[in-house]
Amino acid sequence: MTTQTHLELTSVSIDFPTDHGPFRALDNVNLKINQGEFISLIGHSGCGKSTVLNIVAGLHRATEGGAILNGKEVTEPGPERAVVFQNHSLLPWLSAYENIELGVKQVFRGKKSKTEMREWIEHNLDLVHMTHARDKRPDELSGGMKQRVGIARALAMQPEVLLMDEPFGALDALTRAHLQDSLMEIHAALGNTVIMITHDVDEAVLLSDRIVMMTNGPAATIGEVLHIELERPRERLVLADDLQYNHYRSEVLKFLYERQKRPGESNESPETNSTCADNSATEEQSEKAPEITELRVVSG
Amino acid sequence: MNRLLDFLSRENSSGAARKLVKSVGVSVAAFSIFLMLWSALAAQVQTSLGVLPGPAKVWEQAIVLVDEHKVERGKEAAFMARQEVRNAEKLAKNPDAEVKIRPYTGKATFFDQILTSLLTVATGFLIASLVAIPIGIATGMSQTLYAAFNPIIQLFKPVSPLAWLPIVTMVVSAVYVSKDPLFAKSFLTSAITVTLCCLWPTIINTAVGVSSVDKDLLNVGRVLRLPWLTRTIKIVLPSSIPMMFTGLRLSLGIGWMVLIAAEMLAQNPGLGKFVWDEFQNGSSNSLARIMVAVLVIGLLGFALDRGMLMLQRKFSWDKSAALR
Repeated sequence: MTTQTHLELTSVSIDFPTDHGPFRALDNVNLKINQGEFISLIGHSGCGKSTVLNIVAGLHRATEGGAILNGKEVTEPGPERAVVFQNHSLLPWLSAYENIELGVKQVFRGKKSKTEMREWIEHNLDLVHMTHARDKRPDELSGGMKQRVGIARALAMQPEVLLMDEPFGALDALTRAHLQDSLMEIHAALGNTVIMITHDVDEAVLLSDRIVMMTNGPAATIGEVLHIELERPRERLVLADDLQYNHYRSEVLKFLYERQKRPGESNESPETNSTCADNSATEEQSEKAPEITELRVVSG
Repeated sequence: MNRLLDFLSRENSSGAARKLVKSVGVSVAAFSIFLMLWSALAAQVQTSLGVLPGPAKVWEQAIVLVDEHKVERGKEAAFMARQEVRNAEKLAKNPDAEVKIRPYTGKATFFDQILTSLLTVATGFLIASLVAIPIGIATGMSQTLYAAFNPIIQLFKPVSPLAWLPIVTMVVSAVYVSKDPLFAKSFLTSAITVTLCCLWPTIINTAVGVSSVDKDLLNVGRVLRLPWLTRTIKIVLPSSIPMMFTGLRLSLGIGWMVLIAAEMLAQNPGLGKFVWDEFQNGSSNSLARIMVAVLVIGLLGFALDRGMLMLQRKFSWDKSAALR
C-alpha cells in the first residue's frame, strides 16, 4: 500500500435546507484515502454514508470543507469518479453494450478510434463476465447481471476512484457472493481506489482494506476506522473459520449495535470531536497488532 | 395473430392453447349474449320511426349502405365517361374548343363520410401532436416555462371543444379566405376543433414524463459530463416516451369522440353528419343506419387506438405497455 494521499476529505460538513432551518447531515468528516485502497463505509440507515459518497462524486457540494482528489478540489461530477448506483441505473432502452458505449464515447472522444472504443467496451464486458449478454437490454437481465453491467459501465470510464452506493444491496445472497468475488478480482487486476457503501458486515470485512464506521445522524461523522489486515487474495470459505476475520466482524458488529444504537433508540450522545484521527502514522505498527491500535473508541 | 403465435411458441403449448381457447371462447360467448339481449330488448321499444332495430336489421342496412356506395360509384363512373365522350366530340368538331372537366357532385356515401372523418381526425391530431409535444418537453424541462404555461393549460383543459366550435367557425371564415381553397372551410373547422382537444393530454403527459425522469439516470449523465443536448436526447426524451404515448393515445381517443359530435353540430361532412342526416331524414330505416354508423365509429376508434399502441410498441422501449 502506498502512503501517498490520493483522495482526501477535509472537515466536510453539509447542511440541507429544511422548513425548520438548515439540517446538518454530516459534521466534520475527515478521511485520507490512498491510491488503490478499498474503503467501505458502514453505518445505520440515515447516517449520511450516501452523502459522503455523493460529495466525493460531486453530486452534492459540501457546506464546509470538501473533497480533494490528486490535489484538486472536487466541484462537479466527472467520469474520473465513476459511480455504481444501487439500482444499477442502466438506461432501459439501451443494450448492455450501448449503455457502456454512452460513457465510453463521451470519455474517450477524440482519444480512441472507433475500433479501439469497441474493443474497450468489449474488454470491460468481459471483465464482468457479461460478454454473452452484450446485446441484451436491462429488462432482459437479472438483477445481478444488471449490476455487473453497471460496474462495467463505471470501469469503462477508466475512473481513478470507483464509488459504489450499496452496489449489491438489492441482490440475493448467492448472487451477491458471486459479484463480490468478481469485484475482488477486478480490484486486484486494476487497482482502482474504491469507496463502497454497504450494510453488510461480511461484505465490508471481506472486501475492504479499511472499514469506515459512521455514527448516527444528524450531524453524522466518522466514528471509527478499522484496518482489515487480511492477506489477499481472500477466499470467503477459508475466511469463514478465520479467527482474525471473525474478530474484525465482531468489531464492526459491536460498533453498530453497542456503540451506535439504531436511530430512535438512542438519545443523541454528544459527539465530542469524533473525527477519524490520522491513521497513516500508525499504519506500519498496525500491521502487527491491528485489532488493538486501530480501534479508537471515540464516543459512548 | 401475434398472441396466437406467442402462445404457440411457448413450450408446453397444451396449457397455453387451452388458455387461448378459453379467452377467445369467453369473448365469443359474451358477444353472443350481447347480440341476443340487444335483439330481445330492442324489439320491445316502439319509437315514432318504428321498432328499435335489432342486429339483423342493422346488418341488412350495413349491406344496403355498401350497395348504395357501389351504385353511387357506378353513377360517377358513368358521368365521367359521358363527360369524356362529350368532350371528345367537342374537340373533334373544333380542336380549339375549351374543354371543361367538371367533378362529379353526387351525394357523399357512407364510405365517403368515413374517409372524411378519418382524414379530419388525422389532420387535427397531427397538428395537435406537433404543437403539444414540443410544449410538453419545454414545460417538463423548465420550471419557469411550466409556471408560465400551467395556468393556461389548466384553464382550457376542462373546456369542451364544442364550446370552441362557433369561435373556430367564425375565425376560419374570417381568416381563411382564398379563391381556390386547398381545404374546405368545414374540414378546417372540424380539424382545428379536434386539435384544440387533442392538445391537453399530450402536453400534460409529456411534461410529466419529461419532468419525472429517474434522478439516478440524470446523475449518470452528470457523472459522464454529457452536454445538455446529449443529455436531453439520450436520457430525458427516451425515458419520457412511454408517458408521451399515453398522452397521444388519450388525445386520439378524445379527438375521435369530439370529431363526431362536432360534425353533427356543425353539419360538417363526416360520420357525424351522416348520423345527423339520417336522424333528420326519419325514414323507417334511419335508426338501423344510425346504428351501423355507431358500430363503425366504435370499430374505427378501436382501430385508431390499436394503431397508436402498435406505434408505441415500435418506438417505445417499454414493451410492457398495457394492452388496455
